Amino acid sequence: MTASTVPTSLPQTAPGLLVRGLTTTFDTSRGVAIAAADVDFDVAPGEVVGLVGESGSGKSVTLRSIMRLIREPGKVTGRVEWGGRDLVAMPAEELRRVRGGEIAMIFQEPMTALNPVLPIGAQIEENLVAHTDLNRRQRRERALELMNIVGIPAPERRLDEYPHQFSGGMRQRAMIAIALACSPKLLLADEPTTALDVTIQDQILKLLLDLRDRMAMSVVLVTHDLGVVAATCDRMAVMYAGRIVETGTVADVFACPNHPYTRGLLGSVPRSGQSRTMLQSIDGTPPNLTDLPDGCAFHPRCSFATEICLKQRPPLDLVGTDGRRAACHHHERVAAAEPIL
Amino acid sequence: MSALAKTARSMLRGKPMPRSLITGGSILLVSLIMAVWPTLFAPYDPNEFDYNALLAAPSLAHPFGTDSFGRDVLSRVIHAYTVDMQIAVFATVGPFVFGTLVGAFVGYVGGFWEALFGRLVDATVTFPFLVLVIAIVSVLGPGLGNMYVAVGIVGWVFYARLVASEIKVQKRLDYADAGRVMGYTPWRIVFRHLLPNAITPAIVYWMTDMALAILLGSSLGYLGLGAQPPTAEWGVQIADGKNFMNTAWWISVFPGVAIVLTGLGFSLAGDGVAEILRVRR
Amino acid sequence: MNGHIPILSVNGVYKRFSGPYSLLRRFKSEPQLAVHALTNVTLDVERGETLGIVGESGCGKSTLARCLVRLHEADEGVVRFDGQDISNLSGGARRAFNRRVQMIFQDPYGSLNPRMTVSQVLSEALSVHKMRPKPEIPGRIAELLDLVRLPADAAGRYPHEFSGGQRQRIGIARALAVEPEVIVADELVSALDVSVQAQVVNLLLQLQEKLHLTVVFVAHDLRLVRHISHRVAVMYLGQVMEISPSEALFSAPRHPYSKALLEAAPELDPAHKNRNVALRGELPSPLDLPPGCPFAGRCPHVFDRCRVERPVLTPRGPGQMAACHLTDFGAPGASSDQLPTGH
Repeated sequence: MTASTVPTSLPQTAPGLLVRGLTTTFDTSRGVAIAAADVDFDVAPGEVVGLVGESGSGKSVTLRSIMRLIREPGKVTGRVEWGGRDLVAMPAEELRRVRGGEIAMIFQEPMTALNPVLPIGAQIEENLVAHTDLNRRQRRERALELMNIVGIPAPERRLDEYPHQFSGGMRQRAMIAIALACSPKLLLADEPTTALDVTIQDQILKLLLDLRDRMAMSVVLVTHDLGVVAATCDRMAVMYAGRIVETGTVADVFACPNHPYTRGLLGSVPRSGQSRTMLQSIDGTPPNLTDLPDGCAFHPRCSFATEICLKQRPPLDLVGTDGRRAACHHHERVAAAEPIL
Repeated sequence: MSALAKTARSMLRGKPMPRSLITGGSILLVSLIMAVWPTLFAPYDPNEFDYNALLAAPSLAHPFGTDSFGRDVLSRVIHAYTVDMQIAVFATVGPFVFGTLVGAFVGYVGGFWEALFGRLVDATVTFPFLVLVIAIVSVLGPGLGNMYVAVGIVGWVFYARLVASEIKVQKRLDYADAGRVMGYTPWRIVFRHLLPNAITPAIVYWMTDMALAILLGSSLGYLGLGAQPPTAEWGVQIADGKNFMNTAWWISVFPGVAIVLTGLGFSLAGDGVAEILRVRR
Repeated sequence: MNGHIPILSVNGVYKRFSGPYSLLRRFKSEPQLAVHALTNVTLDVERGETLGIVGESGCGKSTLARCLVRLHEADEGVVRFDGQDISNLSGGARRAFNRRVQMIFQDPYGSLNPRMTVSQVLSEALSVHKMRPKPEIPGRIAELLDLVRLPADAAGRYPHEFSGGQRQRIGIARALAVEPEVIVADELVSALDVSVQAQVVNLLLQLQEKLHLTVVFVAHDLRLVRHISHRVAVMYLGQVMEISPSEALFSAPRHPYSKALLEAAPELDPAHKNRNVALRGELPSPLDLPPGCPFAGRCPHVFDRCRVERPVLTPRGPGQMAACHLTDFGAPGASSDQLPTGH
């Protein structure tokens, strides 16, 4: 296991999130699918951490596993420490108090995450009923305040409107208002802007950053868009086939990727000044989670791969300062390769 | 035959044959064999009177007993396969083919024709099916031929409705637009592209409908509007036995069992066909 | 333009879709609501170029793409292919047009008939348009698969056996089967993962070189459109706001909306973090368009004229056109403090 390489020396009282060895598996008719394997990462207070990867990389599953939102036949093992308590082992009653209270979550598709037959105001107040002892009038006031915080115009009127009367961007704001109802210390955001237009995405991301500052909360942002990570996150973890393959501060990872997959992802995104040139695509497609290749899961698509990559899975080792880690046998060669930026 | 096997293989695409289809198909195969060669299985002539064995209980000589004329019930049940399987097919093929064509047209063209068709459907479904059929048969006169006509006049609407709604879904998908951009004719788009993807519910309904047709044929036979005595037909037989339910239950019960069994065969086969035709995305 | 004919030209095209017609409106005998999908769209596509069409949802870019291949008929205005009004084509001429202008669709799952194998899909296209005599069809299918980098054994397989990226390749092969001159690609890669997107974009670039194709690339991703296009048209609420050579648009946008769109797209450089929101407000309802500039409600430089008079596309720099009353907007040398600001 990677326990030996990960500092477990953080003080027990450290506020923030500690994820250690988080593994989520699903029994399918084609065998056991390992959707997330041995995921380790920390989120410091006030920090925005991006989990990046393509579909099937395990980024959303990881987020849902933290909140124990994995349904049968999924199984979650490992530790998720929050304020000294382990969310994975926590009794359901206690977990309910944490969910929506200290830790809140927002989703990609606000239309399906909101209840279509309840007014937005009632959905915000519902959260307050569950986690506070505010009376009816105070709840209404708090709901109004939240609508203002997330920038919904004419909040008095809109509190009584239904989700279908909101545009996509306003729905996402409403969902954020619900999530913020109890001033959470950690916000888990699962592709919150993927379904939105780019000018609305920009508004929502900047709103999240403002809220982070105002409410001193941490954010885990799951996304497939490296641009979103660059624009919003402090640290990032790149996932591939259920595992974190590289992690570090956003500036470090973008400046000098140490894993060929990160390098490939960065090269896949078109950038200015290189019109109509070939992009650095990654050949092939992501592997099937029930049938992962031996050794490093990325080796069939990797141009740096050698003998050892076929046999031995590289551990997520420290490769620099600031918690910079990469899971590649050839990370030095990758880092030294000619820059793609 | 090899072409058929090839189609079947390509439709299965490595999936195992559904168990419901194996069971249902076996029942139907046996039924079909009995329908085509009843004399191979029936120990007696179905219309031969045996005055020495009126209302005889089941025995070795007459395993299903005899009826009030001394006719062998087993032989009559077996010979009835010919008539009842014929009803299952004849009463449904016409509606299936015609309804599918109308449904494809209405679903693809839409607009005025769809509105007109919608009113027709409303008019049809507000009457109970059986009542409509009985009304038409009583105008045309009793008999199997007129029964097919009556069922045909009403039955196609249900197929057309199923196909039309499915075509409406399919024609909005990009592959239909891709065909249009290719300059394919509407005929080609409907019959080669949309219909194969839209017909599954109609085929599955067809299977159930054959079971319903047998029940309907039997009901009309029972009422004296379908097959006429002394034809061996399950509905007619059940009607024959209704006065003897207390003394000679076997006259009605065995044809009843045959109806249930054949209906089960069609239903199971329908489930199996649905399973095979389901498209993987 | 003196005598030369663009391969596709769109002139003053309007397209409306009828919206809901409530009983209340009927009683008041108000007209039925209509979605104005395209309003007075004019643009040319030159032979051999890639024209990018970019905009947010509801801007009419897909409707325009569909008008180009005649999946929609324009309500007003003309679309010309090689100088010919496409709405007049019928019979053989229409089939010939369909062959020469092909479309590739967004949805890798919906754009292929699930009951046809790859070889059935391709041979249908080849035989309907009589591209090859029958005996040569299998050979041509192998060539096409090779062209889009699919393995030869793909021919016998069904769509569900392929990944999203591979399905888009099948869609490209189908379009190429009829040897078109123009390809209209509607959100070709937006349903695909980033690494797979790059594969498909590279393929499109290579095929364009090799086959001398004209490409209309419709997408919402600015980075991608900039990368692939020679010229870009920016659309907003059914109208073309700006149409410019790609590099000019991205270095000096001449319309406030283009500028906002560029600023809103997250930059791939973490050093460029910017906490200012690029554009406030949301899209107005397309059911009820303001009389003036469609962007007036969100524009930071709006002034009175914008609310009453709809600006039309007028020339700016070389090859650049913009529809804005502020003709100096973004012009080199013009300082931004000359622009009116505030609402």
